[in-house]
Amino acid sequence: MLSILWEVIARGAPQLSLGFLLNNNSNGGIGPAIQGTLILIGLTSLIGIPVGILSGIYLAEFGNNKYATTLRSINDILTEFPSIVVGITAYGVIVIAIIGSYSAIAGAIALSFILIPIVARTTEESLKLVPNSVREASLALGAHKWRTTLSVVLPTAKAGLLTGTLLAVARIAGETAPLIMTILGNRYFFQGLNQPMAALPLEIWRDSLQPQASMQAHGWGAALILILMVLSLNIIVRLASRGRLKR
Amino acid sequence: MDNALKQFHLHKFFTIIKSKLTGDFIFKNLAAIIAASAVVILLITGWVLATGSVPVVQKFGANFFFGSAWNPVEGREIYGALPYVMGTLVTSGIALLIGVPLSLGIAVFLVEMSPRTLRVPIGYLVELLAAVPSVIYGLWGLFIFRFWILDYIEKPLSTYLGWIPIFSGTPFGLDIFTAGIILSIMIIPTVASISKEVISAVPNNIREGAYSIGATKWEVIRHWVINYGRSGIFGAVILGLGRAVGETMAVSMLIGNATGPAAMPTSLFQPSQTMASLIANGFLEATGSLQVAAYIGVGLILLIVSLLINVGAGILVSRVLKVKGGAIE
Repeated sequence: MLSILWEVIARGAPQLSLGFLLNNNSNGGIGPAIQGTLILIGLTSLIGIPVGILSGIYLAEFGNNKYATTLRSINDILTEFPSIVVGITAYGVIVIAIIGSYSAIAGAIALSFILIPIVARTTEESLKLVPNSVREASLALGAHKWRTTLSVVLPTAKAGLLTGTLLAVARIAGETAPLIMTILGNRYFFQGLNQPMAALPLEIWRDSLQPQASMQAHGWGAALILILMVLSLNIIVRLASRGRLKR
Repeated sequence: MDNALKQFHLHKFFTIIKSKLTGDFIFKNLAAIIAASAVVILLITGWVLATGSVPVVQKFGANFFFGSAWNPVEGREIYGALPYVMGTLVTSGIALLIGVPLSLGIAVFLVEMSPRTLRVPIGYLVELLAAVPSVIYGLWGLFIFRFWILDYIEKPLSTYLGWIPIFSGTPFGLDIFTAGIILSIMIIPTVASISKEVISAVPNNIREGAYSIGATKWEVIRHWVINYGRSGIFGAVILGLGRAVGETMAVSMLIGNATGPAAMPTSLFQPSQTMASLIANGFLEATGSLQVAAYIGVGLILLIVSLLINVGAGILVSRVLKVKGGAIE
């Protein structure tokens, strides 16, 4: 018990002491990495969130048949995939077959492979929490099923959807393994979707393996930024949902 | 006359299509098709891994799965994945051995014993532990925690109990033991939060019934509460195991990166390698298609092991759930 608190504090200290030394410069700093992570989050969300939400809608609203049950099981299996395996898959598909080089889009696709099952599952669960009376009321007023789902059920479940999606995004922001063989890393700022790109987790990993203390300090700074991003996303989400529950 | 007939049929054709193509039809089937993305992802993954490993499985056959050598030098290439499978199993085993009791302890503490005011912040803290990216666990382990383990656990153990085979060798911090301990910390949030749910779901009349026949608090927890929730707790443990098996970055930074027969885990204090860490550490430097195929092959084995654990656990849990009787919901 106490060890958890102890570790959180001890973990914070070295990062804080070395972290504020670094700014968002280019080659000497971690600007490209920050930009890269943000781009990755954006791209992955663009691909993954619509697909995930629509999948979740299908499973929740139309999901009483064998097809949906199979899909549900497959989704659950997918959420357990080791992330490095996802990286290998994206490598094989995108880097080798489609684009031909390590590229930002490959990383985005790898991360979306991780994002989609999670978003689908949380969407389905959030939608299932919407009471059936709401759906029936809307249908009784003459709305079509699709109208009901989009205009009535979705907004009602908005809170749960947002929570699930943001938590999933926070998770993929910290994923490193799929990025190793897809975006490869880059010392410079974003150069195009089909070029290698930097990202915070990659930067941290590479820096930690260097022998020079300056590089390691670099890594600690990047770690501070990453952990701030991820933890603040998590805390914001939990604070928001707690407030809603009280009401 | 012909023209009018054609127009009539065309009109009928479009009316039928329009009547079928309602908003609901489009919506439902569009959603169904997009939901199939899950199957697509699964199939693509399986296909890439399977076809990618063909070269190396073809060349070495069963030796790839059960052999230990790993020599990437062209002309004398030989690849065997067994040490890494063992590495994965041993590190996950350590993680479970240490992590599950700790998690159960935390869950029990939170539900049964802690004062109301402590429950929320500590639960919060445990959940936040789960949000920390694994590279950061690795970073912390690499620069801070491993020295604690080295100085306070490994060196004493090695000095006094070094004659026991699993404690042999000179420890210097980057080994199976450290990786296992970090893994155990990483699975605590998962196992603890699910166990917490399970334990809180135990109906109060079970506890009250036990108290009424004179059981102490500890006995109630041990014999009644945990017993009642055992299927759920088992599921939580398996979920934690699944996470431990697939964990890549923190392990790769802490396990010492050994390859070949030296990676076979014989002592807790020796550098080793898991399947995931092997791929993370070596994939980018792989030269030659056979070596790349070897890494993909290890990835395939990792995927299969992970799938077996998760699917098997699902079946076990559902079986245990069916057998559990006498519970009044």
